[in-house]
Amino acid sequence: MKAFDYTRADDLSQAVGSPAMLIAGGTNLLDLMKLEVATPDALLDINRIGLRDIAREGAGLRIGALVSNSDCAAHPRIRADWPLLSRAILAGASPQLRNKATMGGNLCQRTRCGYFMDGHSPCNKREPGTGCAAQGGVNRNHAILGASDACIATYPGDMAVALSALRATVETEGPDGVREIAMRDFHRLPKDDPSRDNVLKPGEVITAIRLPAPFGGRQLYRKVRDRASYAFALVSVAAAIRMDAGRIDAAQLAFGSIAHKPWTDERVEKMLVGERPSAALFDKAADLLLEDAQGQGDNDFKILLTRRTLAAALAEATGE
Amino acid sequence: MAQRPAARLTVNGQSHEISGDPRRSLLDVLRLDLGLTGTKKGCDHGQCGACTVIVNGRRINSCLTLAVMHDGDEVTTIEGLGQPDALSALQAAFVAHDGFQCGYCTPGQICSATAMIEEIRAGWPSAATADPADKPAIADAEIRERMSGNLCRCGAYDNILAAIRDAMDAEAAQ
Ligand SMILES: Cc1cc2nc3c(=O)[nH]c(=O)nc-3n(C[C@H](O)[C@H](O)[C@H](O)COP(=O)(O)OP(=O)(O)OC[C@H]3O[C@@H](n4cnc5c(N)ncnc54)[C@H](O)[C@@H]3O)c2cc1C
Ligand code: SF4
Ligand code: FES
Ligand code: FES
Repeated sequence: MKAFDYTRADDLSQAVGSPAMLIAGGTNLLDLMKLEVATPDALLDINRIGLRDIAREGAGLRIGALVSNSDCAAHPRIRADWPLLSRAILAGASPQLRNKATMGGNLCQRTRCGYFMDGHSPCNKREPGTGCAAQGGVNRNHAILGASDACIATYPGDMAVALSALRATVETEGPDGVREIAMRDFHRLPKDDPSRDNVLKPGEVITAIRLPAPFGGRQLYRKVRDRASYAFALVSVAAAIRMDAGRIDAAQLAFGSIAHKPWTDERVEKMLVGERPSAALFDKAADLLLEDAQGQGDNDFKILLTRRTLAAALAEATGE
Repeated sequence: MAQRPAARLTVNGQSHEISGDPRRSLLDVLRLDLGLTGTKKGCDHGQCGACTVIVNGRRINSCLTLAVMHDGDEVTTIEGLGQPDALSALQAAFVAHDGFQCGYCTPGQICSATAMIEEIRAGWPSAATADPADKPAIADAEIRERMSGNLCRCGAYDNILAAIRDAMDAEAAQ
């Protein structure tokens, strides 16, 4: 690990606009620092600036950025009213990691692309302009939607997939003030600048995640991976569905580990509304979702896997 | 301005001042500076659980946290849970059930299980809980899922499960 200066922030104002790299739970950043993929000169520890409350806000909820993943998943209101969020968090990492991982840090976790993490292969995300070793290389966990010539990496997290389905928002504070970003717009596609995973600006700090009023219905998070627990998703589907007299009344969906961001497609959500659940309908939904899907070789299987995971999730969520 | 580092932390009831190179993980400080070699280094990347310790009542991977970040924290390692002449209930259950072969993962397993029992008592759900709103049951599927952050290369999982189950059942019977 490269040497760095370490300081502790006492309040949010010291973190906003700081040129130092923020450290919260440290479970992703320290991993990458050991690999020398991340080499910050200065670390600012934000664990003592507060932002650890979960508070009611109208019919919704405001979750502080430094709330641990464990505390969020175990919160009585979240378990009862936004169970999709608890389920997605509990499907990720391990209990030890979730005890340290924070809401803000989780959103900012970096890709698990092997070439990004090895610290030396050509990688436009780690070192812009060097190329992309994953194209034509080992790309089993890479994107099938929204990739670019510059980068085919995926966003690997689970929590943000649930938050995208639930239409949560991210509250930030930067040198230019406070803003609120839709979860669905927080992560970006790689385009010609894969070095940026999300739309945060330099010096901007995530302060909270906001959940809108409970959606109700059936909510589930279906994660497919190489082993039953403690593994990243190959494909995941977050689904919240409300039924009315045998027809789909409302559907909110998001997909994990298939793109550089939690993937959402309003066309798919809309086409389901008013329909009776059936295998044919789920197939049509998958056709639309995967219209532009493209495999990279090793990950071709993800296209069919996404189709089947969507069908299974919809069947379960609609009670078919 | 933000304050400069140095940290005072309590390990198994004893206070220690940590200063110097901020790069050191809590794991390295425990093992190398404090001589508490019960806590093991498996992967050093959060992937195995061998380094699990309990900080302020919660289990964490000591390899993925800087010692200097723990100012004011209370750390419990395997040495703090019990000693050969005074084993904790879980330590005794691991011995009784042969909950290990080489023993390398064992301190992490026992620290992890100790905190896991508290998590179940506090009613935390897991991925094995059918509805996250439900109170979790004491069941093998729950224990397996909740212990999935601790790998055992010897594959002693069945006996580890039996040891934990036994300690939990004994406690529940009291
Ligand atoms: C072995 C292993 C398995 C894992 N498995 C999974 C899994 O299955 N599913 C999954 O979703 N995740 C998984 N993870 C990733 C884990 O969820 C993340 O490491 C964790 O959520 C990161 O949170 P943190 O607080 O520790 O972040 P840190 O490591 O502290 O920070 C990560 C990044 O976020 C930035 N940051 C932190 N807080 C803020 C803030 N408030 N504002 C702005 N920037 C901020 C930091 O500067 C840093 O760049 C796994 C990790 C490991 C090591
Ligand atoms: S896919 Fe992206 S992260 Fe992976 S090597 Fe290519 S540029 Fe780097
Ligand atoms: S040594 Fe810490 S998890 Fe493996
Ligand atoms: S007993 Fe050998 S690794 Fe678990």
